[in-house]
Amino acid sequence: MGLTSQSSGINVLRESFNLNTEKKNPIIALAGNPNTGKSTVFNELTGLKQHTGNWPGKTVTRAQGYYLYHNNKYTVVDLPGTYSLLSNSTEEKISRDFICFAKPDVTLIVTDATNLERNLNLVIQITELTDNVIMCLNFMDEVKKKNFSIDIKGLIKDLGIPVVPTIAREDKGINELEQYIEDIINNNIIIKPEKISYSKKIEDRITKLIPALKKQYVELVNYLNFRWLALRYLEGDNKIFETIDKLKQNLIIQNNNPDVKGEL
Amino acid sequence: MNSYRDQIVKDIYNKAEEIANKNVKNKQLDRYKWEDKIDDILTSKLLGFPIMLLLLGAIFWITIVGANYPSALLADLLFWIEGQVTKLFFALNSPAWLHGILILGVYKTMAWVISVMLPPMAIFFPLFTLLEDVGYLPRVAFNLDNFFKRAGTNGKQSLAMSMGFGCNAAGIISTRIIESPRERLIAIITNNFVPCNGRFPTLIVLATIFMGGVFDHHFSTLIATAVVVGIVLVGIIITLLVSWVLSRTLLKGVPSSFTLELPPYRKPQLGKVLIRSFLDRTLFVLWRAIIVAAPAGVFVLVFANTDIGDLSLITITANFLDPFATLIGLDGFILLAFILGLPANEIVIPILVMSYLATGAMLEPDSTEALGNILISNGWTWVTALATMLFSLLHFPCGTTLLTIKKETNNLNWTIFAALMPLLIAILLNFIVVQLIYLF
Repeated sequence: MGLTSQSSGINVLRESFNLNTEKKNPIIALAGNPNTGKSTVFNELTGLKQHTGNWPGKTVTRAQGYYLYHNNKYTVVDLPGTYSLLSNSTEEKISRDFICFAKPDVTLIVTDATNLERNLNLVIQITELTDNVIMCLNFMDEVKKKNFSIDIKGLIKDLGIPVVPTIAREDKGINELEQYIEDIINNNIIIKPEKISYSKKIEDRITKLIPALKKQYVELVNYLNFRWLALRYLEGDNKIFETIDKLKQNLIIQNNNPDVKGEL
Repeated sequence: MNSYRDQIVKDIYNKAEEIANKNVKNKQLDRYKWEDKIDDILTSKLLGFPIMLLLLGAIFWITIVGANYPSALLADLLFWIEGQVTKLFFALNSPAWLHGILILGVYKTMAWVISVMLPPMAIFFPLFTLLEDVGYLPRVAFNLDNFFKRAGTNGKQSLAMSMGFGCNAAGIISTRIIESPRERLIAIITNNFVPCNGRFPTLIVLATIFMGGVFDHHFSTLIATAVVVGIVLVGIIITLLVSWVLSRTLLKGVPSSFTLELPPYRKPQLGKVLIRSFLDRTLFVLWRAIIVAAPAGVFVLVFANTDIGDLSLITITANFLDPFATLIGLDGFILLAFILGLPANEIVIPILVMSYLATGAMLEPDSTEALGNILISNGWTWVTALATMLFSLLHFPCGTTLLTIKKETNNLNWTIFAALMPLLIAILLNFIVVQLIYLF
């Protein structure tokens, strides 16, 4: 019962994002800053022809596609580009809710290698929320053209996640991405991102908040990342808690009702 | 406001900075030098705007010059097919009404739409996509930001406008990049003033026939181009004026700050640009035009052939509209075509030609010249053409766009407003312009 109810719980969450949970494809989320070539990576992976354009904010809704790798089918969801998950523009809310609640099996963050610092802000925020993260370091051709270099091994060490250099427009590095995704899904690689430690006053509050939040959301103890949630609480983000309260209601109904597809 | 929040953000940014500094080697500070120089020119106060107009003008010019020949070729081909199919119909002894509806109604309208619209679109879209791919559009937003700020909104609106050149419905969806709901609503309501591709063929064809033809043949293309650019400018000015009025009356507020990064220039991917703009935009839009035009063709055919007394229904309706239409430089048939063209702007001119030739179906308008002859023989002058172009630019959003507005605003009142406000402006501006011309 434990396992079944857990997976049906995730399915309820995923279905609220219009994901088809009948087929058991792993779900890969594509996140990243605007204008980093996310849609190009999406097209290279799925062969879909999502319109790409050189201006930030082009993908305004989620696009969804599939690809086959070693005969396994993967669902790819292209999230709108965002600089962070912190503030509350529509795009940021879509991306954050998706990663938080639909729980993609792997989140692929497409980053602009020529603008590492700004892109790392988002990477750090996403690794706080989920472990299975791959960083796709795109526009490596421009790095070369601009005569600087990036220590990829150093990045891997500092972030604790796979970092794959790519030139998505030329289909370079896409295979490596697919291989990493497969390895993560098959548990051949276990990823433990380096979590950021905050200033003492924040960390002290987090330690105190986590038990209280766990008590409040005891039904969702398997789905939520309470350290992350504690940070949102400190930030004063009410919207996320409204969403969670709604999900809690749905899950309670779901678990008390044996006639649901997840249980059959 | 919230000190925890500030601290959290600060900690994250410090961490990102630390990791980036550690792992990026040999970063040169002047690495953006040539891009900065280009940006200085493209977004300069003095040159930014003229360069923008020149680029836009160049695109229209290439479209006008390039579209004529393939247009005639396509029309020849499509009307040859019509001849063959007609022979087949007679050979099979099919009833005349069936031939009338299928060939004279549906097929001719479709052939018309394809031969007049396909070539300009097949040229315009790849060129425009090229500008987008290189990274020019955000510079346009940057140039226009100052104007929009003075109008009380923000420069991201011009990105939505750029999308509106393709299709207003798409432009309205792309307003989602605007965070402030007030500014987004303004951008949605004013997107109609950017002529979409359904209206471009109308503008280009009319400018070529009536404006270019007025002067020396050598300059006719240039003049036609200038007129189209002028019409686009009028659209932009009206957009700014309406935004200004709205943000001081119904949608009061101060412009929000505007952070749009200027992305690096990138070498466009020619092959992909061509394929994508052809498949995603050209064929998509053409298909939409065809499926709307086909039933409209049948409707107009029936409408034109149903007589009450001596006159056909279409003539009676046009006569009824005529006094008012004349005031704003149009005639009853033109106004009727705009009304019947509500489902899609693409079909306004085909409907108009069909109703002019109300005896049956359209003549073979196999060239812009033939189209010109039809219009001139129905009393058109350059004033009629100008009035029609202005009305086409302003009038009201097409059905699809209105549905999109309803969906995006989730508000029926704003949708109705987005339909009626442009109509009012169109009538007023047309009236003023036409009466001024008649005065002098």
